[in-house]
Amino acid sequence: MRNEISLAFERLKKQKRPALLSYTVAGDNTKQKSLEILNSISKNIDICELGFPHNTPIGDGGEIQTSSYRSIKNGIKMKDIFQIVKEYKKNKISKPVILMGYYNMIFQFGENKFLNKCKKAGVSGLIVVDLPWPENRTFASKCKKKSITFVQLLSPTTSKIRLKKIVKDSHDMIYYISMLSTTGGKLKIAPKEILKNYYKIKKISPRKNCVIGFGITEKTISNLKSADGLVVGSAICKEISRSLKNRQNPVINVSKLVAKLKNKIL
Amino acid sequence: MKIKKNIPLIDQHNQNGFWGGKFGGNFIPETLKKPVEDLEILFARLRNSKKFISDRDKYFKNWVGSPTRFIKLENLTEHLGGAQIWSKVVSDANGGAHKIYNATVHCLIAKKAGKKYIVGDTGAGYAGKMLSMAAKKFGLKCKIFMGAKDIKRQGPNVRAMRKNLAEIVPVYTGSQTLVDAVSECMRYWVSNCDTTHMCVGSTVGPNIFVKICGWSTSQISRELYIQIKDTFGNIPKKLKLINCVGGGSSSFGFWNEFMHYDKKQIEFIGVEAGGPKKSKRHAAPLTYGSKIGVLHGAMQYVNQDKMGQIEETESISAGLDYPGVSPLHCFLKDTKRARYTAASDEDALNAYQLVTKYENLKPSLEPSHAFAEAIKIAPKLNRDTIIIVNSCGDAKKDKDILKKKLGKKI
Repeated sequence: MRNEISLAFERLKKQKRPALLSYTVAGDNTKQKSLEILNSISKNIDICELGFPHNTPIGDGGEIQTSSYRSIKNGIKMKDIFQIVKEYKKNKISKPVILMGYYNMIFQFGENKFLNKCKKAGVSGLIVVDLPWPENRTFASKCKKKSITFVQLLSPTTSKIRLKKIVKDSHDMIYYISMLSTTGGKLKIAPKEILKNYYKIKKISPRKNCVIGFGITEKTISNLKSADGLVVGSAICKEISRSLKNRQNPVINVSKLVAKLKNKIL
Repeated sequence: MKIKKNIPLIDQHNQNGFWGGKFGGNFIPETLKKPVEDLEILFARLRNSKKFISDRDKYFKNWVGSPTRFIKLENLTEHLGGAQIWSKVVSDANGGAHKIYNATVHCLIAKKAGKKYIVGDTGAGYAGKMLSMAAKKFGLKCKIFMGAKDIKRQGPNVRAMRKNLAEIVPVYTGSQTLVDAVSECMRYWVSNCDTTHMCVGSTVGPNIFVKICGWSTSQISRELYIQIKDTFGNIPKKLKLINCVGGGSSSFGFWNEFMHYDKKQIEFIGVEAGGPKKSKRHAAPLTYGSKIGVLHGAMQYVNQDKMGQIEETESISAGLDYPGVSPLHCFLKDTKRARYTAASDEDALNAYQLVTKYENLKPSLEPSHAFAEAIKIAPKLNRDTIIIVNSCGDAKKDKDILKKKLGKKI
């Protein structure tokens, strides 16, 4: 059976538009609310990234940190995260789920046990921020055996040789980090430059789906729509924070934001 | 797991950067892979360069002030009536603590790498103060990340950093202490690694930072080795080297030259921060059996909950208030080369009072933890045993805490 993620990209190629990937933190601000958010944005997204929060993240900026702390403070546990995915996957219009987080959570849970749980809950892919290539080789091949896509990350600092090796070792989806930044940084380089790097990756392996993330907002998203996919994370987390601060319903506000994002890439 | 002879401990890691096959490594975002690799290559070249070594030694001698004193604490020895107690007064070094060695080396490396900016983390404020001093000396722009709680409790060092024109970035996330300062500093480096050099303030972090720091602080034991030989004629039969352990930079540097001696002859004792007696929180992952996990890019024993969230620590000494510990110390613990124990806040305060009562020496709260252990074991040992405590920091920075706790000015 083909992985759900690959199938999603195939469908979108026919529609000639990029995939819209959302990132939210599981349990932000509560278990129930984060599930409601997923259900409400599902019709407008193509793949959903769900973060498992860590309290000493070294790759995340302020917005995702705030969301993570909120979720941890509300007592989120690993089993709750799998439960959220399981519930969400019951939704008929659910999209492929990629879990994203830091290696210590997986290490403490046990790699094999973690992957089994992922499989059972209906997770299609994994991103581990602090497990770079080549250290991630063993874990990535374990994922492959379970037909879970291990998403390799690439960045503007990745050297040419390394780029080739990583792309060669990667599964169907690759994630290109747009700039030198933690998540949620302001886009500090021109979209043209980002796309130039993006096409370098595509040239190495045109068949592999490459998404761009970091610094993507309502303002910047349309300039990058020639990519295979675009990830919006911090902008969504920010919207949740703003809603809570103004005592509004984050589900409605996030849903509206995602609809707007979708419109910009059609 | 075994320590190899004739290879420096900092080089006894495998291809992936793990000591003993399981401590250390490089758990870093892809963006940092290249800058870390560049730094590895540069450092490998520099440590073999005669010119670089002579530059380092020149600055250590003329600017840091080497060697620092090695003295006998006669009165304390008499009072306790057991083993001889000596001290390596590393706080003699310019700036008042061992952090100057790592800071100096990092600035020299940054210059060689052509970087104009340097950033660093700090807990007690010493790493930050020294980095700001060294940055000023070498003409680098400096930014220091410090937990908001630590900024409040280590006022004198904060003022010193400002005087050295460093920008202090207060960190408000999490427990607002060292652990959060290191995270924030690493995040800053992720965003600015093209123009900026990062100095990790202790023997923690991704593999290369552990190595650079350990290589730098080893100056302490290089000096001590000569001083011991000059004083005793040879290496004593029973020697105990006691040092506090937070991240573990001073203790590693204090022990490195003696690594290959039998532990029956030279025992290493690391003293972690046990926290307040009444509190369950502590900063002693080695002593209290914390599980192995990833913190700040390295596998190590670290205080964490079942899920893998890093736990908050508590200690009177900001410099030891860290939930993890150097992979080098994890390696030394598992190979049983070093023994680790903890002293409580109260033990450290009592030790501080006793040392200052009998000696003309004012150790900061961090080495006061080490003195607590020395005071505990010395009476049970005989005169042939030589205990050396690394007094790695000066109490000036703690004057506000000491005044509050002891009700008197220092």
